[in-house]
Amino acid sequence: MKQTDIKRLSLYLLFAPFALWIALLIILPHLGMLYISLREKVGPRVYEFGFENYINFFNEPIYWNTLLRTGSMSLLVTVLALLLGFPIAYYIAKIAGNRTRGALFLMCLIPLWVSDLIRAFGWILLLRETGVISSSLQWAGLIDTPIEFLYNDAAVIMGLVYTVILFMIVPLVSTLDGMDNSMIEAGYNLGGNGPTVLRRIIIPYAMPGIVAGCIVVFMLTAGSYLTPILLGGKNSSWFTEQIYDQFITRYNWEAGAAFGFLLLGFTSFVVWAGLRLTGQTLNSTVAKS
Amino acid sequence: MITRLAIAGLLAATAIAAVPAQAETLRLLTWGSYAPDELVKKFEAKYPDITVEVTFSNNEEMIAKLRATGGAGFDLAQPSHDRIFAAQQEYNIYKPLDLSKIETSKMQSSLLDGVKANTTIDGEVYAVPHQWGTSGLMTNVSMAPDVKAWGDLCDPAYKGKTSMRLRRTILLGTAFDMGEDPFAAYADLDKYQEILDKVADKLITCKDNIKAYWKGGDDLSAMMLSGEIVASETWDSTAYKLFGENPDIVFVPPKTGALAWIDTFALPRKGEADDAAYKWINFVLEPDNVKMMSASSGAIAAVEGGKDLLPDDKKAAVNAAFTDADIDNLKFFANIPPGVEDMEGKTLEKIKAATGAE
Repeated sequence: MKQTDIKRLSLYLLFAPFALWIALLIILPHLGMLYISLREKVGPRVYEFGFENYINFFNEPIYWNTLLRTGSMSLLVTVLALLLGFPIAYYIAKIAGNRTRGALFLMCLIPLWVSDLIRAFGWILLLRETGVISSSLQWAGLIDTPIEFLYNDAAVIMGLVYTVILFMIVPLVSTLDGMDNSMIEAGYNLGGNGPTVLRRIIIPYAMPGIVAGCIVVFMLTAGSYLTPILLGGKNSSWFTEQIYDQFITRYNWEAGAAFGFLLLGFTSFVVWAGLRLTGQTLNSTVAKS
Repeated sequence: MITRLAIAGLLAATAIAAVPAQAETLRLLTWGSYAPDELVKKFEAKYPDITVEVTFSNNEEMIAKLRATGGAGFDLAQPSHDRIFAAQQEYNIYKPLDLSKIETSKMQSSLLDGVKANTTIDGEVYAVPHQWGTSGLMTNVSMAPDVKAWGDLCDPAYKGKTSMRLRRTILLGTAFDMGEDPFAAYADLDKYQEILDKVADKLITCKDNIKAYWKGGDDLSAMMLSGEIVASETWDSTAYKLFGENPDIVFVPPKTGALAWIDTFALPRKGEADDAAYKWINFVLEPDNVKMMSASSGAIAAVEGGKDLLPDDKKAAVNAAFTDADIDNLKFFANIPPGVEDMEGKTLEKIKAATGAE
């Protein structure tokens, strides 16, 4: 066998798991969903081909309001995760010593060792009317009657930020890590103050990490199910809940599949718009980090 | 040489054939607490060649799972009696039962006849009853003694202190409370839509009164035991469990009648262990096993004298909740015709999306 053949064969072999994964677990199911979403149900076991499921979505304000709500709350979660995650990442990458760095990183990871469900129940125990926070505030004499912290949008946002912040911190740390400290020193030496150095040097350098983190966090949040369902109140609808209801409660797989595609399209659009607005491209940011 | 090969081949063939016969698997798709560990162990001890695999689910997910595979992946399912007829017509996910293999004589005849009537398609019976129970109200009598009807959950006296599950039960209960008969309206879906619209308006105005919609027995129990809510729509079994912890918490059949469901046994269309499934059905209907099952599920077995086979604490809770008149007043869930789930789903979405103040 020639050397080039061996090289090519090993390339194919290395590439095969990835190709299979993409084809069997991503592309094929999506084609199936697309097919289902384009079926209209006209009677028991009778279907026609058409766009009715998509048209229904736009004709029913409940659906697109929920999608917009999910999108805007996900953006809010992304911004909060960035604001909270950036200082933490900066501290881990630039200020902490080598040994504390590992420990700090580990502390960020620990919440991920238990499942979403357990974390949500943890928040429920803390936040409920007879929960830890309310009763300790009462014990301290700060409030007279128990307060309900659970079942509202603030609880949902807090729970989501807590769940996703790690996915903001990791790419930020890895980008900031690669930044030479002398660049910051040079910034100060040339007369810049803290905010200027942050704005003109650190943030532009960290941009690939920021964009990567924001995309991951936004996608995870918009597609999350457990946290909004468990912490949300009687008025908080989340789009993934609509999809679940269509599939399971209403037996309407056709509409559920269409909703799935609409969510995919919507989140992709938001990511694209975000990249355009900030003047970034995927090549210059995510692929680089 | 050839004979030796042939013998080896024969041996291999018998070995392969022997494996599935030795270890038959019964894949059970049922409700949480409907397959307590001790009962499964007892069954496996009685039939050593059968292993039981249990998947816990609920009505909607059972049908979705079977629909996804065309009825494969499970050997015995336990949907409620109203979830057989339309699901079978639309998705063809069950297969007819062979009643001669089931000891139907042990079953309470009224329930058996009711389920048979609900689940007969083209002369074939698709389900037999297992356990039954009701949905109704639960109240803490020390704090809310006057809760007697579905509509009382919307009583401003208990503002922010009631709960319900945003599913079809509360739609039906509220319809009865408003003097309608939703089951009769199944025959005329336009009329049913009218009822649903009225129910939606009522439940949207009621939203202010609700603390939160409960999603499962656990969060309902936590809210009720902590006193965060004083009354709620509930399954009777959940209420009986809480009665054991706090005797002030009782199940109240609404004055328009508690809504009764019967969980059944049905065979998925592509089930592979029918005999094991029939063995399980007959096994769990034996009196000793009924006791274990009812202690775990809090539901009443569909056998003659099923109520007497409840454990003592649950029997006390049932007697505290139901008079004979309440039993006569039970409203059994009627078969859900195709399309009704979609109408109800839409109504529930409308209620969920409405902001209570408007």
